[in-house]
Amino acid sequence: MAIDQHEIEKIAQLARIRIADDQIGEVTARIAEILGMVDRLQAVDTAAVEPMANPLDDTQRLRPDAVTEENRREDFQAIAPAVEDGLYLVPRVID
Amino acid sequence: MAWESVIGLEVHLQLATVSKIFSGAPTTFGAAPNTQACAVDLAMPGMLPVLNAEAVRCAVKFGLGIGAQIGHRSVFDRKNYFYPDLPKGYQISQFEAPIVGRGEFEIALEDGSTRSIGITRAHLEEDAGKSLHEDYHGCSGIDLNRAGTPLLEIVTDPDIRNAQEAVAYLKALHSLVTYLGISDGDMSQGSMRCDINISLRPAGTDTLGTRAEIKNVNSFRFVEKAIACEIERQSDILEDGGEVVQETRLYDAERDETRSMRSKEVANDYRYFPEPDLLPVVIDDDYIEAVRASLPELPVEKRHRFAAQYGLSTYDAGVLSDSRELADYFEAVAAACGDAKMAANWVQVELLGQLNRSELGIADSPVSAADLGGLIARILDNSISGKIAKQVFEHMWQGQGSADEIIEAQGLKQVSDSGALEAMVDQVIADNGAQVEQYLAADEGKRKKLIGFFVGQVMKVSKGQANPKMVNELLAKKLT
Repeated sequence: MAIDQHEIEKIAQLARIRIADDQIGEVTARIAEILGMVDRLQAVDTAAVEPMANPLDDTQRLRPDAVTEENRREDFQAIAPAVEDGLYLVPRVID
Repeated sequence: MAWESVIGLEVHLQLATVSKIFSGAPTTFGAAPNTQACAVDLAMPGMLPVLNAEAVRCAVKFGLGIGAQIGHRSVFDRKNYFYPDLPKGYQISQFEAPIVGRGEFEIALEDGSTRSIGITRAHLEEDAGKSLHEDYHGCSGIDLNRAGTPLLEIVTDPDIRNAQEAVAYLKALHSLVTYLGISDGDMSQGSMRCDINISLRPAGTDTLGTRAEIKNVNSFRFVEKAIACEIERQSDILEDGGEVVQETRLYDAERDETRSMRSKEVANDYRYFPEPDLLPVVIDDDYIEAVRASLPELPVEKRHRFAAQYGLSTYDAGVLSDSRELADYFEAVAAACGDAKMAANWVQVELLGQLNRSELGIADSPVSAADLGGLIARILDNSISGKIAKQVFEHMWQGQGSADEIIEAQGLKQVSDSGALEAMVDQVIADNGAQVEQYLAADEGKRKKLIGFFVGQVMKVSKGQANPKMVNELLAKKLT
């Protein structure tokens, strides 16, 4: 499966990863290599294999519905870059 | 051209747990910002999610409530996107293997007919926090109290054809989830939020048109209005030979219009993959049967039972089974007076009328079911007329005691004593000589109309307390 530079740029944007212009060629080539390996794996017949959601052969344990956490806002906000009125401040986002 | 609208709804339902879906932080509504956001909700490094058993139970209850298949093995996935109110950079949701599979849901429409709406699936996920875009020196403020609140996302098939059906579905869903006790269903607090998928196609065709999604509509009324104006917008575009763009839109209640939410549509590529921090959730048949045994009688079952057992119309049965509290109240009134149809009538007309005018819920009714039943019993045993009963009800509403106490204290008991009635009838005949002559001169057909005048006069003399049946009989006997 081939991948072009345009797709790499789109994926980088979705993942919020900055790739320098002079590196994008190399990144594209290396990811293409990985996809080549995936192509080889795709050739294996897996029709009888159930998809695996987790490598651990176990099932999820549940916790009882009870409040166990106290309010530690002071501690958490002490290490935040900017807070006001109990809110975390971030660069402005508008839909 | 005639267009048919095709509508599917996605409802995000906040589940009524005391703690979050993956952490032990509380879920109480209205707390000071970020006081209910723990290290897991804030996505501090190294924190791991642990699934809340009650959230799973709520989802299974819902699934059984709509007769759906329960996923014996369901899997959580990461839905990846960046937004500051989602600190992990992904939402834990379910994609490939949801906890609730296909089901069906019966809704009652206002004309008394019913329709079945297909439920595609329902899955568990966590809510995000809230972004406040008010003036914070050019910044946005983030409150993560809501982050991690358990949600059940309920997705319908594109089975809904108009705004009325959409509202009927939401009301029925509200009724079901409150019966089940899995959510308070309060739309004003965001416990039930609705996304509307809507497209148009030429009437009579089967292919689906391009749809628009209207996000986060938060009241029954707005759902109705948003659908109406989106249908109008899309049909205008199509009539002009244009094409509807697949996009996310927002309903603006003040302007009563929908508008595009994103100027440049970023590809909705959430790159789902299985959540490695959670193992598959396995639900066995014993668990499912134990939950099934705990289910109450559901609204649809109650509606059918009310119609069959009490002989009520589908509409009346639907109104009275809308909430568990109202249904229990109605049944208590019916038991207390022994006449279910009278009970249905009084609860729907007088009681619900007063409650609505006073903006009260059934739980806040100043008149108890036993007292209302007591009042109706006095109508049934001819102690008072229906008209007087309405007066008595007013006094009961104002807290002046039971029906019997009010009837006694105000001397409202219907006069059925033939001696006393006879005296009143005689007086009325003596006082209205001209009308008596007119009556006696009239033929049989006209007499039936004219006698109403005398009945009215006797009722007036008796202050409405005369037994109307006996008055009619006495008048017929004496006016010959």
